[in-house]
Amino acid sequence: MDLSKTFDKALWVFHMNSGSCNACDIEIVAAITPRYDAERFGIKLVGSPRHADVLLFTGPVTTKMKDRVLRVYEQTPNPKVVLIIGNCGDTTGVFFDSYAIEGPIDTLLPEDAHIIYVNGCPVRPENIINGVKEAWIYLEKLRGDDK
Amino acid sequence: MSREKDTTYEVPIGPIHPALKEPFLIKFKLKGEEIVDAEPFPGMNHRGIEFMGMHRNPMEVIPLSERICGICSIVHQHMFTTATEHALSIEPTNRARYIRTIMCELERIHSHILWAGVAAHEIGFDTHLHFTWKIREKVMDLLEYIAGNRVNYSMWTFGGVRRDITEEMYPKIFETLEYYENLYEKLEEIFLEDPSIKLRTRGVGVLTKKDALELCGVGPTVRASGVKKDVRIDQPYAAYGDLDLDYVIPSRYGFENKGDVFCKTVVRLKELLQSVDIIKKCVEQMPEGEITSEPKKAALLNKLGKSAGEGIGRIEAPRGEAIHYVRLSEERDDVDCWKIRASTYNNLSTYAPMFMGEQIADIPLIAASIDPCIGCMDRAEIIDINRGEVQSYTKEELHELSVKKTKQITKGGVE
Ligand code: SF4
Repeated sequence: MDLSKTFDKALWVFHMNSGSCNACDIEIVAAITPRYDAERFGIKLVGSPRHADVLLFTGPVTTKMKDRVLRVYEQTPNPKVVLIIGNCGDTTGVFFDSYAIEGPIDTLLPEDAHIIYVNGCPVRPENIINGVKEAWIYLEKLRGDDK
Repeated sequence: MSREKDTTYEVPIGPIHPALKEPFLIKFKLKGEEIVDAEPFPGMNHRGIEFMGMHRNPMEVIPLSERICGICSIVHQHMFTTATEHALSIEPTNRARYIRTIMCELERIHSHILWAGVAAHEIGFDTHLHFTWKIREKVMDLLEYIAGNRVNYSMWTFGGVRRDITEEMYPKIFETLEYYENLYEKLEEIFLEDPSIKLRTRGVGVLTKKDALELCGVGPTVRASGVKKDVRIDQPYAAYGDLDLDYVIPSRYGFENKGDVFCKTVVRLKELLQSVDIIKKCVEQMPEGEITSEPKKAALLNKLGKSAGEGIGRIEAPRGEAIHYVRLSEERDDVDCWKIRASTYNNLSTYAPMFMGEQIADIPLIAASIDPCIGCMDRAEIIDINRGEVQSYTKEELHELSVKKTKQITKGGVE
């Protein structure tokens, strides 16, 4: 999959909560507001997975949200990167022994999904920006035209 | 519902959302633009927390309890620890009571500012969203300075707290409080005096005093309707008993207790100021002494495993009263029974009268007005029952409708 040059400096991100405790979600918003201002790097939160290049998943995936997680993943156009925000998305964290948890997310996604883990409970906004940067580096390597 | 006669639409909103709310579903019934019924469907975010808690020992439950909600993390760990303390007759030290109060109020400040930002965003004033979140960072800094983490502090323990607020910390605390006192006027100017915000919030999402009482709403949601209900005053916990508090209801400040979004804003803003006062007093009156009455962890664990009892922890969370019930038994090391009742659960039932008769464009704002810890607006479907057509609204479109309404009523005066 080749990306065009116009892709540069325009990384669109869709955030989905699959049953997290909200802390990581709030930190994601904190990352786009003035103190951390991720938007100055061209990172933008969008309202639909169909517009997104990067998926931010938080939470350990509750039973009710499982199908929705997969649907959101499928709806996102290729090439895409999945960013798993927070320990509970990574390993289900403190929620590990619950009956209502289907996660962690990476066990549900297809094998070839490109996943970046951003750790912390909750993660710090700086760390989220760093994660998005890594996604960026990965996606920019896919650029097709003059490099 | 017969297809021929009924002209109502059903609009399910949820359960995925783009920005900061948790998975949640509300179904709206509409007649044209007007909402005639609203029914919440919780359960998307069910993680089985109580079940997990009953398979861990009380010490291990503290970090779990604060991850019920990342905005009210102090609230839940406070309730769980006080319920357990109640069950085992452990008394927290005096100093710990004050430190707990300070932390609870700091959390209220950050939560209310966060809410103000969300409300501004829903109306269409993203500048204010960014402004409020910028000033919120100041209290986050202070929380991190005291507790070592921006969110989820794990600062409570049975019998007290784990971290002290020492005298070196006072200047930074006072500086932060002063910062908010100075900014307060500006906040009031934005949220209470701005004509366009007033147009969107006044008379919108009204909750009458009668409804508020009947539906057992809690916190700022019902105080805006003039209901005098505040656990900090009704049944003081931590150090609130030593302080002289009064109910924050709009009529105290020369507004009418109408219970609309405007009044809810008034209550939250005034509470911000109240919190600043409380923290100041607590820091000034902070008693000397130990920060915990159970400094030996092994002994405490032993005690928790061997004793039996049941207890209740109550708190006035930023969103209203919340309760934990804990039972411990001698046979099991783990918590025997744990029941949580959070404030949003009560407030959800107040949605129905608030949405009634309002427009689709007001949904985001009214939904945000109870400061739900859950709530999502990402995708809405409108099912035209007459034609059997399905029309989808994304959260973005809903948001746009809301922004459009602001523009309309201000005659294009808003950017
Ligand atoms: S990683 Fe921790 S803080 Fe983040 S959503 Fe999960 S439990 Fe909450």
